[in-house]
Amino acid sequence: MNRVAVTGLGLVCALGNTVPECWNRLAAGETGIAQLKDPGNPPYKFQKGAEARSFNASDHFTERDLIMLERFAQLATVAAREAVAQSGLSFNGDLADKSAVITGSSIGGQFTEEEGYLRLYKDGNPRIAPLTIPRTMANAGASRISFEFGIHGPAYTVSTACSSSNHALGQAFWLVRSGQATAALAGGSEAVFSEGLLRAWEAMRVVSPDVCRPFSTDRKGLTLGEGGGMLVLENWERAKARGATILGEIVGFGMSSDAYHITQPSSDGPAKAMLWALQDAGRSAADIDYINAHGTGTLANDVTESEAIRRIFPNHSTSLLVSSTKSMHGHTLGAAGAIEAIATILALNHGIVPPTVNCTSVDPACGLDVVPNTPRLADLEFAMSNTFAFGGLNAALIMRRA
Amino acid sequence: MPEHPETDDLSAEVIGIIAETQRIPAETISIDSTLEQLKIDSLDGINIVFALEEKFGINIPDEGVQNMRSVRDIVEGVRGVVEETNQTVPPGVA
Repeated sequence: MNRVAVTGLGLVCALGNTVPECWNRLAAGETGIAQLKDPGNPPYKFQKGAEARSFNASDHFTERDLIMLERFAQLATVAAREAVAQSGLSFNGDLADKSAVITGSSIGGQFTEEEGYLRLYKDGNPRIAPLTIPRTMANAGASRISFEFGIHGPAYTVSTACSSSNHALGQAFWLVRSGQATAALAGGSEAVFSEGLLRAWEAMRVVSPDVCRPFSTDRKGLTLGEGGGMLVLENWERAKARGATILGEIVGFGMSSDAYHITQPSSDGPAKAMLWALQDAGRSAADIDYINAHGTGTLANDVTESEAIRRIFPNHSTSLLVSSTKSMHGHTLGAAGAIEAIATILALNHGIVPPTVNCTSVDPACGLDVVPNTPRLADLEFAMSNTFAFGGLNAALIMRRA
Repeated sequence: MPEHPETDDLSAEVIGIIAETQRIPAETISIDSTLEQLKIDSLDGINIVFALEEKFGINIPDEGVQNMRSVRDIVEGVRGVVEETNQTVPPGVA
């Protein structure tokens, strides 16, 4: 078994277009949630979102590239570029064949799909844009990243709704740990602000008409966000040998299925994912100092997640810190696992726990220290990042300070 | 029935559409340019065909597309389909 180093991070979301920009705001407890640019007609029942407003595709791609790349794939690619640049890796020779690309996306290229449907069903025009298929395919980001960097090893996309990129990271971690891959670019992206998708979320009645207030008594639901997060995972010894800066270590991963209900969460499934991640890491629950919670801000999630955490972590009432950074970058669905893993690694690195903002009063039913509103300085060694998806699919990733 | 495009007009229009779709200057395209010279791959090709179909309101058959190797092939292919389309009198019009 090989140790797995994290040697590069890349992030685009409502908080900024690079890791340092985003981290500065996360560490200061600043939210990227704002008024939606397009209020909808008739107006959406929710008017808040975490849009990546300063992301301008033409700053990063040629017009010809953009013909092929939907927004979600652009976000993944730009995040991958930042991560690879930081790692200093070039995927030459053997490394090209021994590297993997694994991305997560819950929905793929939704804008192109909706444009196609508009022509087809509204305008009665049977002629659909010819690149609809390659633009919408959920693996568009993984494919683009693999050919941009010349990575020839395993490349694929995981689609497990809100757990997509946590599952992608877990798979990549296991590939590198087992030695099947020497390095992996893993993470995910999502572009959720299409009209059809916003209406579909509206219909689910889980989006907050207010801002996202995880673990707060007055929480009213989640706030959608868009973004991309990518991490470079690398064989620890190789990273050391080439003198790379190691930003953190991935030490354990667990996943489970509730096998219970398509949307209603249960605490048993998440508890199993967390427990199995601890077992995978060979660590006890008491070793974990911080959990970046799934913490969507829905009534159901926050209370069941808290119950699962209290069940698994005996230190929950004393030394365990839990926060939901979704209060700042929104719920980025398929990108959530990656963005939150990056936030977790940076928290370990800087000894700063990003807070759960918008927290008016902590729900006593949650019963955890959710680091409300103000960032907390803390000496952290191990941290966990949780994602729980619609469909009952859970993932927990454990990271260690380098 | 709209005016039938003249030969030169049709070539110029097709070249204009290729230039626009490929984001290259029209001056770099001649009637004898091959698609290879213009670095037009199969995916670019279907974009161009889509734009041509939209512009002329025609349907270019798949087998016609596969045999296009040069700008001239495209122009002649479009001309053939346009002429065929114009000869087919829609029911109720005559």
